[in-house]
Amino acid sequence: MANGTVALEEKSFYEESTNKYSGILSWLLTTDHKRIGLLYLVTICAFFIVGVILGILMRLELIAPGPTIMEAQTYNTLFTLHGVIMIFLFIIPGLPAIFGNFFLPLQIGAKDVAFPRLNLLSWYIYVIGAILVLISLFLPGGPIDTGWTFYIPYSVRSTTNVSLAIFAAFVLGFSSILTGLNFITTVHRMRAPGMGWFRMPLFIWSIYSTAWIQIIATPVIGITILLVIMERAFGVGIFDPALGGDPILYQHLFWIYSHPAVYIMVLPAMGVVSEIIPTFARRTIFGYKAIAFSSLAIAFVGYLVWAHHMFTSGISDTARWIFSLLTFIVALPSGVKVFNWVATMYKGSIDPKPPFLWVMSFIVLFSIGGLTGLVLGSLATDIHLHDTYFVVAHFHYVMFGGTGTIFFGALFYWFPKMFGKMYSIKWANISVALFFIAFNMLYFPKFIMGYMGMPRRYFDYLPEFTNLQVISTVGSWLMGITMIIIFANLIYSVKKGKKSPENPWGGVTLEWHTASPPPLENFHEIPTVTHEPYDFSQLEEMKHESK
Amino acid sequence: MNEDKQNKENHEHITPYSTYVLVWLALIALTSITVTVSGIDFGMVALAIAMLIAAVKSSLVINIFMHIKFDEPIFKVFLMVSLFTLVIIFVLTFFDLVNR
Amino acid sequence: MNQSSHAPAVEQHAHRDDIGAKMGMWLFLFTELLLFGGMFLMYAYYRFQYPDQFKIAAMELSTSMGTLNTIILLTSSLTVAIAITALRKGNRFLALLNLFVTIVFALAFMVNKLFEWSAKISHGIYPGSEDILNKPNGEILFYGLYYVMTGLHGLHVIIGVVILSFMFVFIYKGSVNKDNFMKLENSGLYWHLVDLIWIFLFPLFYLIH
Repeated sequence: MANGTVALEEKSFYEESTNKYSGILSWLLTTDHKRIGLLYLVTICAFFIVGVILGILMRLELIAPGPTIMEAQTYNTLFTLHGVIMIFLFIIPGLPAIFGNFFLPLQIGAKDVAFPRLNLLSWYIYVIGAILVLISLFLPGGPIDTGWTFYIPYSVRSTTNVSLAIFAAFVLGFSSILTGLNFITTVHRMRAPGMGWFRMPLFIWSIYSTAWIQIIATPVIGITILLVIMERAFGVGIFDPALGGDPILYQHLFWIYSHPAVYIMVLPAMGVVSEIIPTFARRTIFGYKAIAFSSLAIAFVGYLVWAHHMFTSGISDTARWIFSLLTFIVALPSGVKVFNWVATMYKGSIDPKPPFLWVMSFIVLFSIGGLTGLVLGSLATDIHLHDTYFVVAHFHYVMFGGTGTIFFGALFYWFPKMFGKMYSIKWANISVALFFIAFNMLYFPKFIMGYMGMPRRYFDYLPEFTNLQVISTVGSWLMGITMIIIFANLIYSVKKGKKSPENPWGGVTLEWHTASPPPLENFHEIPTVTHEPYDFSQLEEMKHESK
Repeated sequence: MNEDKQNKENHEHITPYSTYVLVWLALIALTSITVTVSGIDFGMVALAIAMLIAAVKSSLVINIFMHIKFDEPIFKVFLMVSLFTLVIIFVLTFFDLVNR
Repeated sequence: MNQSSHAPAVEQHAHRDDIGAKMGMWLFLFTELLLFGGMFLMYAYYRFQYPDQFKIAAMELSTSMGTLNTIILLTSSLTVAIAITALRKGNRFLALLNLFVTIVFALAFMVNKLFEWSAKISHGIYPGSEDILNKPNGEILFYGLYYVMTGLHGLHVIIGVVILSFMFVFIYKGSVNKDNFMKLENSGLYWHLVDLIWIFLFPLFYLIH
C-alpha cells in the first residue's frame, strides 16, 4: 500500500502480521483487530449482498398480483431468509464487529483489544453460524419458512429445517456475546493515559452501551431458541400448546432479546453520526455528556418496552398500556441525540463531503422511522396497523434508513483510514443521492399500503395495491443499481484509488493521529491524551506533527 | 481514584482456609434448614422462605467463594446491572401474567 | 462507572492484565446468569399458572437424592476455593489434591444425576412419553423444565470437569503457578457459578411439598 512517498514511512498492518505466515494464512490466523475488522467487512458485505438479492426477488414477485415468478411457499422462505440474513448476519454484527473492531482500539489509543485471540474466535464462530444458515437451505426438508421471529407453535410444527437455522442463530448470538465481552473489557482496561471516560469519543460510548446489550440480552434468546430445538427434537413440553405450553411466553422471551437487539443495531450508528458531524462541521459536539448518557439511557430503556411487539398477541390490558407508556419514553433519549446533532451543525463551517451527506440522509430517514414508531407504539393505532406493510416500512426506515445508511456513512468516512486510499468523491455523492431517492421510492409506498390494510408476508395482493407495489419494485431496482455503484466505487478505489493523506477530513479523534493505513501496533508510542475528543484547536498541532 | 494501587491491594488478598471452611459450614447448615422447613406446610410462604435461604446462600458464595467482596468495586456494579436487568424482566413479564 | 478522568495507566506491552482477564470472566458469567435467568422466568411463569400440578409432579422427585447432590456441590465449591488459596500460598500439592477432590465430587454429582434420570425414565417419565402426555398441562411443563434445566446444568458440570482437569494438568506442569494463577481463579469462578445455579434449582424442584 505504501507508495514510498515519504522515505521514512513505516510498514502498515497490511505488510506486517501478528503471525509468521504470509498470504491468506496471515489473515485467517491473525489476532490483529484491524485485520479481523476487515475479515468481518468482507464476510458481512457478502451476506448483505445476498440479502439484497433476496429482497429484490421478493419485490419482483410483487410487481403484479398473483404468482409472478414464484409460488407462495418459495415466497415464505424468501422473506424468512431475507430477515434472518439481514438481521443476524448483517445488521447486528455489522457496525460493532467491523468498525468497532477496527476503530475501538484506535480511538482509545490501545494496541489491540483486550482478548485478541478471543476476537479471532468470535469471527470463526460467526463464520460457522453463517455456514449453518447456508447448509439449512440445501438439506432435505427445505429452507426455513417461519419468518425470522420463529413464532411458536408454527416453528415447532413446520417440517422445514427450522432446528438447524435457529441453531445457527444461537451460534451467531454466541459470537455477538464474545465480541461484546471483549469490547467492555477493552474500554475498561486499555484506554491510553489521559483518556478519561469523558474524553472518549462518542462512538466508543455507543459501542460500550451496545456491548452491554449484547452481553445481557443475547443469552435470553439463546436459551429460548435452544428450547425450541429441544421441543422439536425430543417433544419436551415448553412452549407448544399441545404440550401444555404458552406461545405468549415464547413471544415474551423472544422480544426480551429482540427489542434490545434493535438498539444493538442502531446505537453504534448513532455513535458514528456523533463522530462524523463534528468533523465536517468543524465544531465540537454540542452536549457531549448528554449524548454519552443518552446512549446508556437508550440501552437501559430498551429493556423496558419489548411487549409493544405483542399488543395483538393476547397479553393483558394492564401490560399493554404500561408497555405503550414505556415505549414513548424511548423517544426521549433518541430525541436528545437528534437535537444535539442539529445543534452541533448550527453556525459550524460545514463541509458537505460524502460521509456528511450520508449522515444528512440518516437524520431524515431515521426521524421518519422513529416518528412512525410512535404511531405503532400507541395502542389504538397499533391494533389497526399491526402486521401490515406499515410495520414493514417503519422498521426498514429505522434499520436500513438508520443503521444501513450509517453503515455506508462509516464506510465512506473511515475508508481512507482503513485502506490508505481515496474513493471517487463524485461517484460517492451520486450514490448518496440515488440511495435517498431509491429508498423512499422503495419504502414510502409501504406506509400508504399498510395504512390501507395491506398485510405483510403475503405473496399476493388485491388489484388496488398494484400501482404502489410497482413504484416500490422500481425503487428496489434503483436501490440495486445504487449498491452496484457504491461497491464498484469502493472496490475500484482499494485497487487503483489515489493515495489518501493521513487525515483527509480533518478529524481530531485518535485514529486520525496515526498513519493511513495504521501500523501493526497502531501508534509509534501510546499517545497521551490531553484534549477533549472534539477539540479542533489540535488540528494545527497535528499538521506540524505530520511534517 | 487510583485504580492501580487498589488493584495491587486486591491482588494481595488471599482468603484464609478457615474462612472458606466457615462459609462451607454455614452453607451446609442453611441447606439442612431449607430441607427441614420444606417439610412443614407454610402454604405460599414456603416458596418465599426457600428463595430467601437460597439468596442468602448465593450471597455467601458470591461474596466469599467468588470473593467479589474483595475485588474491584466495578465488578459489583456489573453484578448489580445484571441482577437488576433480570428483576426488570421478571417484573414486567408478571405485569402481563398477573393481570390476564 | 464514575471514575474520574484518570484512566487506568495499563501498560500494554508484554504485561498481562490479570484484572482484565477476571473482568472478562465475570462478564461471561453474567451471560450464564441471564441464560439460566430466562429458564427461571419460564419456571416462574408456569408455576404461577399451575401451582398445584407443580406440587403433584414434584412428589416424584427424591428429596434425599437432591439434598445429597446439593451437599456434594457445596463441598466441591469449598475444595476448589481451597485449591486457589493453596496455590497462591505456594502449596502446590494441596492445590492439586483439592482440585482432584473437586473433580471426583463433580463426577459423583453426575453419577447421582444419572441414577435419578434413569429411574425417572424407567418409570416412563421422559419428554414425549405417553405417560407424560396423558398428564395435565402443569405436570408436562414441570417435567419439561426439570429435564432441560437440570440437563443444561449437568452439561455445565461436565464442562466444568473438563476445565478443572485442564487446570490440574497446568498446575502439575507448572504453567499455572503461584505467580500466574488467574486461569485457576477464573475456572474456580466458573465452578462456583455452577454451584450457584444449583442452589436455586434445588429448592425449586426438590423441595415443593
